[in-house]
Amino acid sequence: MTAALIFEQIINGLQFGLTLFLMAAGLTLVFGVMGLINLAHGSLYMVGAFCCAWVTQQTGSFWLGLGGGVIGAAAAGALIEALVIRRLYDRDHLDQVLATFALILIFSEGTRMVFGSMPLYLNIPNALTGTVALPGVEAYPLYRLFIILAAIAVALLLYALISKTRLGMRIRAGESDREMIAALGVDIKTLYTIVFALGAAIAGLSGALVGALRSVQVGMGEPVLILAFVVIVIGGIGSIKGALIGSILIGLVDTLGRIFLPVILKFFMENSSANSVGAALSSMLIYLMMAGILAVKPKGLFNASN
Amino acid sequence: MKKLVSAGIAALLSCTASVAYADVKVGMITTLSGGGSTLGIDVRDGFELALKQSGNTEIELLIEDDARKPDVAKKLADKFIQKDKVDILTGIIWSNLAMAVVPAATRKGTLYVSPNAGPSALAGKACHENYYNVAWQNDNLHEAMGSHANKAGYKKTFILAPNYPAGTDALKGFQRMYEGELAGELFTKLGQDDYAAEIAQIRASGADSVFFFLPGGMGIAFMKQYAQSGLDVPVMGPAFSFSQDILPAIGDAALGVANSSQWGKDLESDVNAKFVAGFKETYGRLPSLYASQGYDAANLILSAMAKADVSDKDAFRAALKQADFESVRGDFKFGNNNHPIQDIYVREVVKEDGQITNKIVGVAIKGHQDVYASKCRMK
Repeated sequence: MTAALIFEQIINGLQFGLTLFLMAAGLTLVFGVMGLINLAHGSLYMVGAFCCAWVTQQTGSFWLGLGGGVIGAAAAGALIEALVIRRLYDRDHLDQVLATFALILIFSEGTRMVFGSMPLYLNIPNALTGTVALPGVEAYPLYRLFIILAAIAVALLLYALISKTRLGMRIRAGESDREMIAALGVDIKTLYTIVFALGAAIAGLSGALVGALRSVQVGMGEPVLILAFVVIVIGGIGSIKGALIGSILIGLVDTLGRIFLPVILKFFMENSSANSVGAALSSMLIYLMMAGILAVKPKGLFNASN
Repeated sequence: MKKLVSAGIAALLSCTASVAYADVKVGMITTLSGGGSTLGIDVRDGFELALKQSGNTEIELLIEDDARKPDVAKKLADKFIQKDKVDILTGIIWSNLAMAVVPAATRKGTLYVSPNAGPSALAGKACHENYYNVAWQNDNLHEAMGSHANKAGYKKTFILAPNYPAGTDALKGFQRMYEGELAGELFTKLGQDDYAAEIAQIRASGADSVFFFLPGGMGIAFMKQYAQSGLDVPVMGPAFSFSQDILPAIGDAALGVANSSQWGKDLESDVNAKFVAGFKETYGRLPSLYASQGYDAANLILSAMAKADVSDKDAFRAALKQADFESVRGDFKFGNNNHPIQDIYVREVVKEDGQITNKIVGVAIKGHQDVYASKCRMK
């Protein structure tokens, strides 16, 4: 276990966390601004990946595919906002969970009807294949580095959008008092559609970027969705900053835990049981961390409504 | 009047005909929706193809979808046995579903022909005269890979699998045959799709080869990320991670990987050629090993039907046990525990006419039988 390996695993954890952030950012935005629990966020992630894979297959260009994924997911988001989500703002959370769960089923079966149940092929663009040398790491995949940079860019853009632009001002105003900004003449309906489509677009971007690294198949969104919920609960619901910190925390704890727990356990028990106990324990680790953080800070690390 | 009489005679004749040849009712429980449905679809399509090619009309096939849920599979089995009164059950893909259905069904006297799942429990102490596995015992393909690793001269293999029963069995199966030492052993999370950390461990371990069992989407993700990592340590695994249903999604990243399978589409025999050509023509895609298992399951049942009446259970069981059918994999016979004794091949992932597929490059193990057979009391 060398220092270089530990450093590389820290970068891996950071990268895993930042991909989670792309998913959690949209979720927390929608939850924070509109008070809506959107279980179908994972489906928008899947829509992004499928659109990207399809456009890439048709055009041969990953970059067009990436654009297709973002636009496809944003369009799907705007559509379900207008058809379904809009009717849920005044209902309680249980109704929202029920309706958006139904959307998951509709999206999954719909995707299966269009694309079939075989996983789709989507690979990273040629320009981003290969590895680069980082300080301390002899070969780090270029594409993973690209994801890190893309996620940081999205974080900066979101920060700029929310704190520096007029749209961001309205989003923040809508967050704190919905009736008041409607009374001031802001078209709250359109604002909500825009926010929802924005969240969907980020989910779609994340699905397209990550789909090229993992696999593009029906049901790919739900495991990520669960982690994204853990992130926003830890980070504080509605806070973009909380989502960023929370996702990096989860990424690091999960990655370092699953690699180093078995190593540490080997000091106390024999090899094979250390491996299986370590694997079992590390899959619980983030939930233990969530419980610990919520015990000290019941509203998460950065509660937006404070 | 004449017409009426002849119609009556014809009706009587057809009536007696159906009495003389009792139809065999087969209930298929398999996964057709949700995660892992490509396996069930291939088993079903292979099975139906065999029936169609045989032209046999005395077999009635009922198909239901278990959605990969043990409780659903259990309910379907009860329905098939009690309401539809099927003679034979088949189709289950997953070992946990098989364990929920098979012991109860075989105890009640229903025959079960497994086209995929082969949990160790059903091969050993809990083996049953009504249970026939026409695919493999779960450990077989992993054992074959362990034996291949010895032949390939690997001395330091890194092994990984998800942390669930089939995953731990896979690593055990590999190590049962493998003689070298391990560079490392990792259990990943079930459903995990980011393997950056594991790949970094492999790189740091100085391994000379990697054995992994990551079925479905997990395998796709691992192979893509492994190819991008720039690591050029050879990779091997069971056919489940390189079957025809997922190879197109992995793409070029899978090229050159060695994997073990009891079947390959390029095995030379008339029956295999007929199967592969028929499958391509009927469904417009290449068959996977799951499709070959569905095809063999149907042919096994058909071969028994030709020898015995299903209502005579003892005779029918004896006919099944003879396995007097031409398997697409070549030589095939049942061991004492009704599990296959068969050759297991090493395949390599290649590109043929722009399509990514497998090519057989050698035999990993000849006439292989599972280790649990000795624990089974049947002869």
